[in-house]
Amino acid sequence: MSSQDAPVTAAGPRRRRPAAARSDALRAFAGLLRRDLVLAFRRRSELANPVLFFVMVETLFPLALGADNDLLRAVAPGAVWVGALLASMLSLEGIFRSDFDDGSLEQIALSPHPMPILVGAKVLAHWLVTGLPLILVAPLLGLLLNLPQSAFAALVLSLLLGTPVLSLVGAIGVALTVGLRHGGMLLSLLLLPLYVPVLIFGAGSVESAAQGLPVVAQLYFLGALCTGAVVLAPFAAAAALRISLE
Amino acid sequence: MHRFISQWASPRHFYRLSGKLLPWLSALTIICMLVGLVGGLYFAPPDYQQGNVFRIIYIHVPSALLSMMVYVVMAGAAAVNLIWKIKMADVVARCSAPLGAAFTFLALVTGSIWGKPTWGTYWVWDARLTSELILLFLYLGYMGLRAAIETPETAARASGILALVGVVNIPIIHYSVDWWNTLHQGTTISFTTDNISTSMLVPLLFMIVAFMSYYAVVLMLRMRCEILDRERKSRWVVQMVEGG
Amino acid sequence: MDATGRRGDATGRFVPVPDARLVGCELSCVRDDRELFTGVNLSLAPGDVLQLAGPNGCGKTSLLRILCGLAWPASGDVTWDGADIRRERASFTAELAYVAHASAVKSDLTAVENVRSAMTVSSTGLLRLDPWEALARVGLYGYEDVPARTLSAGQCRRVALARLLCGSAALWVLDEPFTALDRDGRAMVEGMLNDHSDEGGISIVTSHQAVTLDAGRTVRRIDIGARRAA
Repeated sequence: MSSQDAPVTAAGPRRRRPAAARSDALRAFAGLLRRDLVLAFRRRSELANPVLFFVMVETLFPLALGADNDLLRAVAPGAVWVGALLASMLSLEGIFRSDFDDGSLEQIALSPHPMPILVGAKVLAHWLVTGLPLILVAPLLGLLLNLPQSAFAALVLSLLLGTPVLSLVGAIGVALTVGLRHGGMLLSLLLLPLYVPVLIFGAGSVESAAQGLPVVAQLYFLGALCTGAVVLAPFAAAAALRISLE
Repeated sequence: MHRFISQWASPRHFYRLSGKLLPWLSALTIICMLVGLVGGLYFAPPDYQQGNVFRIIYIHVPSALLSMMVYVVMAGAAAVNLIWKIKMADVVARCSAPLGAAFTFLALVTGSIWGKPTWGTYWVWDARLTSELILLFLYLGYMGLRAAIETPETAARASGILALVGVVNIPIIHYSVDWWNTLHQGTTISFTTDNISTSMLVPLLFMIVAFMSYYAVVLMLRMRCEILDRERKSRWVVQMVEGG
Repeated sequence: MDATGRRGDATGRFVPVPDARLVGCELSCVRDDRELFTGVNLSLAPGDVLQLAGPNGCGKTSLLRILCGLAWPASGDVTWDGADIRRERASFTAELAYVAHASAVKSDLTAVENVRSAMTVSSTGLLRLDPWEALARVGLYGYEDVPARTLSAGQCRRVALARLLCGSAALWVLDEPFTALDRDGRAMVEGMLNDHSDEGGISIVTSHQAVTLDAGRTVRRIDIGARRAA
């Protein structure tokens, strides 16, 4: 392995080592993504928790509202989306927690690679492990709540576009509260206002599809939110993490 | 310009200058509020649609306006603190937050009071009221985060980031709630008719100015307290407290 | 005040040594309204080893974190090769290796996976040493592929130190590296510091006990406890 030391001279100008090249940043992204996925799969028993929570929340609705099929059909779009949102938010809490506790977060902050990219890798890993299963289970739960067949595609698509926004924006909230002992409740207070647009357009698209109306507008808006979040949220989350580490 | 900024950015000068400004601003507040209230409650004619109920706008509209303006001021001050590390900007943000929350709460309460005779219920999910409710949560989140973090500088910076994320999201939230409201056929509410007559408008403008200067007065009072607390070990504070 | 550079010029200002790479100027730290330390100056040239000593709670870790760029000083600045570390963050952190009090070892990964993933995050380009080889050198031969959960505290610290061997950082910042290590471990760390110094690297170490290096090499020392504002 070749040494990468910059030449050290006793006097004279020092050549500063150039910052990491873009390919290095991609490699760091892939490496951190891989590490987080491996860590998640080594704790396989915890993988099912968000999905189980989602299922339990959905069963609460018929129990609370009564088993009237028409009523359930009317509330199904919103109920499924609220359940997915809550499951996503609850699972987000741990995204930086273990790294903060064992000192890995400081190493990430001291990385020569851009921190937003590393944060993006962690959020992607989290979404793959929790968001995707929620999306796969959602149609099943829609069935439980008597969601019309016409709405299933919209449900999956809106969740596909919406859950990344929930993960990305949620990461900002978690980054701000990672240093706090009991940040859980505060996190919900911080995140819920920011989640409102995603919920409105996500549930709205499913509702429209259930009534046979076009859903393109809502999906476009969700797409815009998703793009905006992918571009901006990692920077905000990285800044918030640096502040939490002070 | 630089001297102007550096004067206001220094706690000691701010304390002195605000002390001079306060009597004038307080007088302005009282006068405008008297003119606005008397004009609005007594002189303005009853609305042909809503009767006397509409008069709540003289409190509701300035409150709602201020609630949003204060959030922007708070976010702007937080940004100044994050970028240029001017501590006075953080004092502005910290002291503005409870005021903004109070204005938001006032807007919600007056909106609800207005709702009872008009819609028959104390609450309806109108687009504007829903936006105000979410804004209240944004304020409470800011204050909660600030209170939860122990180190003051870290708390200032973290809540600054939250305020900036919030201010970017407010237009998005507002638009999405608007859209949501039209979709669900919410009651269309207009607090005022389309062409508002001058005799109704003028007191309203006075009330808006009154609320703004009220915000300035209370903000300065709170900031003066905050400055005394933060600078309690510095010589000028000690001299002022002991010398009298 | 004790600085590791020459005492000031005509104006009494701190002057760093000529080929200093890391320079900290008038650093001060305030925690909870208490002034931990003030007026700390240091300048470190290639080959220097600096020990920060002082009683518990005097601010050694705070100073280390300031020197790494994780925390901001109440006043003063830190420069690396003449550039403020906060402005040229990427090029500074590329040459920095920080081993904190918490070992940054994930308990669900094996030792070698820990070292590998740490290197993807912390370093650019190729590794100087294979992780297996590095783990053998820090005394973990045979323990490379067991989950870190089963390792003792001292072994976890060795895993953290193995990262130093794999990377090619010029500046090592080690917070209490001797914790949980036995006598052999101490000797190993001192050997690593020696080698690093020989290659022109800079090391900053906090420790309660004295750090001894090869003969002919002096360990500079700053006592934080003695520097509190009166």
